[in-house]
Amino acid sequence: MLTALTVLGILAALIGLVLGYTAIRFHVDSDPVVEQIDKLLPQTQCGQCTYAGCRPYAEAMAAGEADINQCPPGGETTIKALADLLGRDPKPLNPEHGEHTEKSVVVIDEQVCIGCTLCIQACPVDAIVGAAKQMHTVIRDECTGCDLCIPPCPVECIHVVPLPPVIGNWVWPKPADPASQPTGTARQQAAS
Amino acid sequence: MNRSATSFSRPQLSSFKTLHHFHGGLKLPGHREITASMPIRQAELPPQLIVPLQQHIGAAAVSLVQVGEQVCKGQLIGRQAGAISACVHAPSSGVISAVEDRPVPHPSGLQAPCIVIDTDGMERDSDEQYPLLDYTRLTPDALCKLIRDAGIVGLGGAGFPTQVKLGCGKYDIKLLLINAVECEPYIACDNRLIQERAADIISGVHILQRAVEAESCIIAIEDDMAQAEAALQTALQQDGNNTDIALTRVPEIYPSGGERQLIKVLTGEEVPSQGFPADMGIICQNVGTAAAVHNAVVKRQPLLPRIVTLTGNGLVQPQNIEALIGTPVSHLVATAGGYCSDVERLIIGGPMMGYAVTDDNIPVTKTLNCALAVTADEMPVPPPAQPCIRCGKCTEVCPADLLPQQLYWYAHSSNLDAAQDYSLFDCIECGCCAYVCPSHIPLVQYYRHAKTEIWVREKQLQSSDLARQRHEARLSRLDRIKQERAARMAKKKLALAGDDSRKDNKKAAIEAALERVKRKKQQADSTPGNTDNLTPAQQQLIDDADRRRRQQQEDRNS
Amino acid sequence: MEFKTYSSPHLPVADSVRSMMQRVLLALLPGIICFSWLFGAGVIINLLLAGITALFAEALVLWLRKRPLATLTDYSALLTGVLLGLALPPLAPWWVPVIGSLFAIVIAKQLYGGLGYNPFNPAMAGYVVLLISFPLELTLWSAPATAPGIIDTLLYSFTGQLPTGDALDALTMATPMDAIKTRLGLSETLSELQGSPLYGSFAGAGWEWINLWFLIGGLWLLQLRVIQWQIPTGVLAGLAATAFVFYAYNPDAYSPPLFQLFSGAAMLGAFFIATDPVSACTTPRGRLYYGLGIGILTYVIRTWGGYPDGIAFAVLLMNMAAPTIDHYTRPRVFGQGN
Repeated sequence: MLTALTVLGILAALIGLVLGYTAIRFHVDSDPVVEQIDKLLPQTQCGQCTYAGCRPYAEAMAAGEADINQCPPGGETTIKALADLLGRDPKPLNPEHGEHTEKSVVVIDEQVCIGCTLCIQACPVDAIVGAAKQMHTVIRDECTGCDLCIPPCPVECIHVVPLPPVIGNWVWPKPADPASQPTGTARQQAAS
Repeated sequence: MNRSATSFSRPQLSSFKTLHHFHGGLKLPGHREITASMPIRQAELPPQLIVPLQQHIGAAAVSLVQVGEQVCKGQLIGRQAGAISACVHAPSSGVISAVEDRPVPHPSGLQAPCIVIDTDGMERDSDEQYPLLDYTRLTPDALCKLIRDAGIVGLGGAGFPTQVKLGCGKYDIKLLLINAVECEPYIACDNRLIQERAADIISGVHILQRAVEAESCIIAIEDDMAQAEAALQTALQQDGNNTDIALTRVPEIYPSGGERQLIKVLTGEEVPSQGFPADMGIICQNVGTAAAVHNAVVKRQPLLPRIVTLTGNGLVQPQNIEALIGTPVSHLVATAGGYCSDVERLIIGGPMMGYAVTDDNIPVTKTLNCALAVTADEMPVPPPAQPCIRCGKCTEVCPADLLPQQLYWYAHSSNLDAAQDYSLFDCIECGCCAYVCPSHIPLVQYYRHAKTEIWVREKQLQSSDLARQRHEARLSRLDRIKQERAARMAKKKLALAGDDSRKDNKKAAIEAALERVKRKKQQADSTPGNTDNLTPAQQQLIDDADRRRRQQQEDRNS
Repeated sequence: MEFKTYSSPHLPVADSVRSMMQRVLLALLPGIICFSWLFGAGVIINLLLAGITALFAEALVLWLRKRPLATLTDYSALLTGVLLGLALPPLAPWWVPVIGSLFAIVIAKQLYGGLGYNPFNPAMAGYVVLLISFPLELTLWSAPATAPGIIDTLLYSFTGQLPTGDALDALTMATPMDAIKTRLGLSETLSELQGSPLYGSFAGAGWEWINLWFLIGGLWLLQLRVIQWQIPTGVLAGLAATAFVFYAYNPDAYSPPLFQLFSGAAMLGAFFIATDPVSACTTPRGRLYYGLGIGILTYVIRTWGGYPDGIAFAVLLMNMAAPTIDHYTRPRVFGQGN
């Protein structure tokens, strides 16, 4: 009895030492979770998630304060990717924060623009070019479609333009598979 | 992608007579009996030509013309944009009626920018008469430039700009491989081209040999293309400078016409998955491309027409047609007698890799080699897909040695990372796996979906990374402005406070100096010498000075 | 003109799951005929009961799951029932194949997701459940060519009433494999046993012919490319090689490889049971290892285990290992690694 206890005790101690050593010696530095989460977000900086931008939302998620389904521009894809990363269950987009719409850009109607620079100050990615009392224009390629420039404009000269599908962004549709059973996530996607 | 890696072994060229095998592949019914024997017909000039700006892999061409402009046949109307791009020429003379989005041959059915020419029927060549050159005096670089300026792309279906593929002296080429292996059923355009224009092809091959300075050359042909083979043999015999072009037959196994599979069959070497044949010293070109190169260099004609096979039981008169690029497919179908009443499907390309389109109002492009109109009897509607029973037949036939079953499971559950891990991008989309699947699963569509989805997500990731950088730059810029402002305010405040204290400092310094002087005076012996025997005037001066000094001291002390 | 769009490839596919299953059933026929010739109508009754129950269970579950009934008409459920029926002794009461079939279809197949999703061979799962739950009924084998007539068998199967004058002991006996194993364990030598009526020409009496016909059916399937060579070769090679090793070591204490190959459910297992594509490995090399594993395990269970035939357990054990084997036997992709 005593020998058994001693042997097991020594074994446990040895294994514990080995495990502890390997945990330290072979420790892999990974990105802080906030960076990883931020990388998955669409960077629209629109604030629909109730945070001041994508980075604050990522920080809130890392701290466990925010849920993963608050990002409308990211849509299902982002929710699923966040679920995979954080080990939580994917869930449908929270409708309180908005709907997932197709990507769009904004266009300034140059006939109406008065050059007040309010939209320039609002744009989170500096996609609007212009100066006081000079014509403002949106750099189409840089516009993320966050629509933050629309409320400040005093003459309502900024309009949303949905991006038409182009061959370069076209995705082959996934075949419908009626006879197969949906996998767990697909069932949830179908239900959302 | 490391194009300069030379760690791959050179193929054993002396042994190309013994053929090797690639894994998998299928023997398919050829369906070429009708069209392989039909001579090439010239299509009539259509009233309108729609020339897409993107008919190749790479960046789309940039339009050089305006609406209303008159163009001549062969005139450059779109210049290449960037290194991997190709130019486009006006296939016939006429007036530019539009430069806008039009339907193009693509599985999505979407539109793309095109130049629309209303033809005037006169087929006017441009005024400059290009001289016909003795190309043997041109350097390989000059030859490549001619090929580039003619807008030649790979006519075997991929449409890669030929001058980029040739490398123009960048590669050390041991073998030029001419691909006459038309392995997909129904298609016979290369077959007829060889039978009717073998001399042009041989000439084009010589030009390509010179352009890449290849040590040797093989023309590979399928073993069921006997007449085409005979035509090539005749042409080779008649050709004066036939030194080292070898004609080799390969077995009729689909997809031996695939570049990598063909190289494996002929040399036994596998092109590395992330590399190109040029890295191994091999360049592969389609016979159609060789003929186009001949036209470009010897006849100085840019790539304007191409041969299209129109076939299938859904057409009244299946045939091979040489049509100008930009000719609507509907116009070609009319030339082929129109549709039969029971036509059900229109496929662009072959039956294995081609895509079905909803309407025929699309133009012929440089890579459109076949239009298949089929009836429901010929190609029945596929039954609904069953679950995968994991039988493994797809694995047996895959020419890329993949596990199509695993790729299916991952693509089906949208686990795109795992699909990439199983080498999704090594799939050549040949369709062998879907052809043998007993559950009738549309496997290739799953892989195409997964691939395009991954590409789109990568693009989105790039653009969101850029947006994040811009946002962070903006935040730091605003931050910097705020800090600069704060620093300026602080400095100003400091300046205002600093005036008073400086004054005080000055005052204190002066007083300290005076104190020092006073002390020194008091300490030192202040009694003046040589005061004996003073005259009264001198004594008076001394007294006055003393009196003044005392007065000053009193003033100061008060 | 407007056309409908379809996915490539557009050439019609010749094969289908249904035709594959039909061919497997056809390939089983010679063996089934021989089996029922030697062991009586009980075989046919078992097959019918198991098959009909399987079809019924499949239809019920598909209807409950609101799924298309395609997998009902593609013979896959019928095949599961038939394979289970073939594994059962001919004198089993009627509820044995019914329960086994119900378990195989409802739990081992449909509850995992239906056709294509079951990790375990449904027929073998059903058989093992029966074997463990009703060990007596599943080990009552009759002697070859002494089976009662069809009416008597039906009567016994459904009512438990034996033909007049017969006792169960008189009707049933251990299978040759079982008997030889017991007797070898009792230190009789093989050469003695080979003279006894248990032994036929080259393997157990009666059973050798059944296995031979299953072998012929299996080779036909191979030639039709319904199954691939890796699994049957692996099973038979594993079984024979392991048997050979021990037989060479002590020819009197262990049965010879030929006996092992032609007794019990060896051929049935190698060509029809282990080759069930859904639960087996999928990579070519993986299938070979999978088959070898089944063969070796079968020999081990037969020789030292508590059950007469090891195929069922061997298959289920290797089913568990199949995903891991697949993961480590991925083929080299064209153009990658040398």
